[in-house]
Amino acid sequence: MKYALLLYGDEAVGPQMGTPEMDAEMAQWFAFTEELGATGKMLGGEALQPIATASTVRIRDGKTVTQDGPFAETKEALGGFYLIEADNLDEMIAWAEKIPSVGYGTVEIRPIMSFD
Amino acid sequence: MPPPALSSVDAAFRREWPQLVATLVRDLRDLELAEDVAQEAFMEAARRWRIDGTPDRPGAWLLTTARRRAIDRMRRAQRFEERIPALVEAAERPPPDDVLADDQLALLFGCCHPALTIEAQVALTLRAVAGLSTTQIAHAFLVPEATMAKRLVRAKHKVRAAGIPFAIPEGELMHDRLTAVCAVVYAIFTEGHASTSGATLVRGSLCDEAIWLAETLAELAPREPELHGLAALCLLTDARRATRVDSDGQPVLLANQDRSRWDRTKIERGLSHLHQASPAGRHSVYRLQAIIAAVHTTAPTWEETEWRAIVAVYDVMLEQGGGPVVELNRAAALAELKGPAVGLAQLDSLADRGLLGDYHYFHSARAELLRRLDRFSEALTAYERAIEWCQNDSERDWLQGRHDELTANEAGRAGAS
Repeated sequence: MKYALLLYGDEAVGPQMGTPEMDAEMAQWFAFTEELGATGKMLGGEALQPIATASTVRIRDGKTVTQDGPFAETKEALGGFYLIEADNLDEMIAWAEKIPSVGYGTVEIRPIMSFD
Repeated sequence: MPPPALSSVDAAFRREWPQLVATLVRDLRDLELAEDVAQEAFMEAARRWRIDGTPDRPGAWLLTTARRRAIDRMRRAQRFEERIPALVEAAERPPPDDVLADDQLALLFGCCHPALTIEAQVALTLRAVAGLSTTQIAHAFLVPEATMAKRLVRAKHKVRAAGIPFAIPEGELMHDRLTAVCAVVYAIFTEGHASTSGATLVRGSLCDEAIWLAETLAELAPREPELHGLAALCLLTDARRATRVDSDGQPVLLANQDRSRWDRTKIERGLSHLHQASPAGRHSVYRLQAIIAAVHTTAPTWEETEWRAIVAVYDVMLEQGGGPVVELNRAAALAELKGPAVGLAQLDSLADRGLLGDYHYFHSARAELLRRLDRFSEALTAYERAIEWCQNDSERDWLQGRHDELTANEAGRAGAS
């Protein structure tokens, strides 16, 4: 099965850019990606720029409305994702437990929709 | 027309359903399909066994029939190529007896997966593992059948779409998941034992299902002491079932229950599980509660109960982080050991900390102690608070009865003086 690991978090919580704590965490992210990649099960994955860089687009009454920022009211924003091939949910839970931000953010496991 | 001879099918259902579904889930990796074809196999059995007689190995007959049904369905669903080779191969071989226990455990762990809500876990377990119908589960939980059907469909969809495995967890995961399984079995038991919102105090069939699950589990995984603790707790509590309510459906206090009517067989079975539940370090909460139930069920009378032992067990529970409800129960036991005033002081200390004010057992326990201390007007107020917070109809009636009796006694006393 294919799954997405969606990494949510409050940008004000956890290590901040340019701090030694962040350097330490980055090492963990690289190690995680390397471990996952070595299994041949990683289908993709990216980190996202902070929500300050986000734009939202909607079409309402036939008009395109473009706005600054995300429209979600929640404090937790999507910060990155991995796409993983796994046998079952327990395997994904085991990967989620290894995500460096799982101690202060939220990791959501979503199966990928299949259309065949 | 002769009446349908369903009895052998009924008997086979109870005996064969869990193994049948478990084996099919292993073959098909699809709970919904497994249940559907198992159901169809039993319907076929109801028709055929009446004519042909019960086969020598009903389980093998049912499995073969169900597998054929599954092949038909997959063919129709065009998932044929995906799964059929494994299934055809499986259909050829007889069910290997030694893996059945593992299949059942695997099914149970899948149904009790923490990615499902506890309500979904309970419903799935009763359906897939215990073989109750949707109607039966809906009645047991006092919800409309359509609600329960929807809950089951949603749960099975989540199981399939999220890839919840039907597997026995390994290593550290085993302990966590076993705790989840125990919680489901215990939730089924307590729902049967004292329904929180229903009109009937004891819905025995849920207790029977929970005991069956707990004992089956303990048998399948004999090295897990927590399972024996759970089986012991269910059995030792349920042994008192016949005496917990009177002929009018009113609750009877433990002190007033007819101990000669307690179920000796269940007590013996419970004690035997308790002996196998010796802790490997940490005390399981089920085992501790089972010890208390054992002290009660083996006491010849209420007065001769080993209250010291019961208080000691509550002390261990508090050391392990037991909450205010444990303190409440300890206070009640302490009142028997050292007198109502000592128990009441403990209850008042809970109230001083702002705890349990909305819990009807707190107020009814207080009312009983105040009554024994001849503080009648305070006792009446406490009964009123208990009635206010109580959710169960028969318990509320009982509390009202105690309240009115005390009022009448007081009026009598005032008249006599």
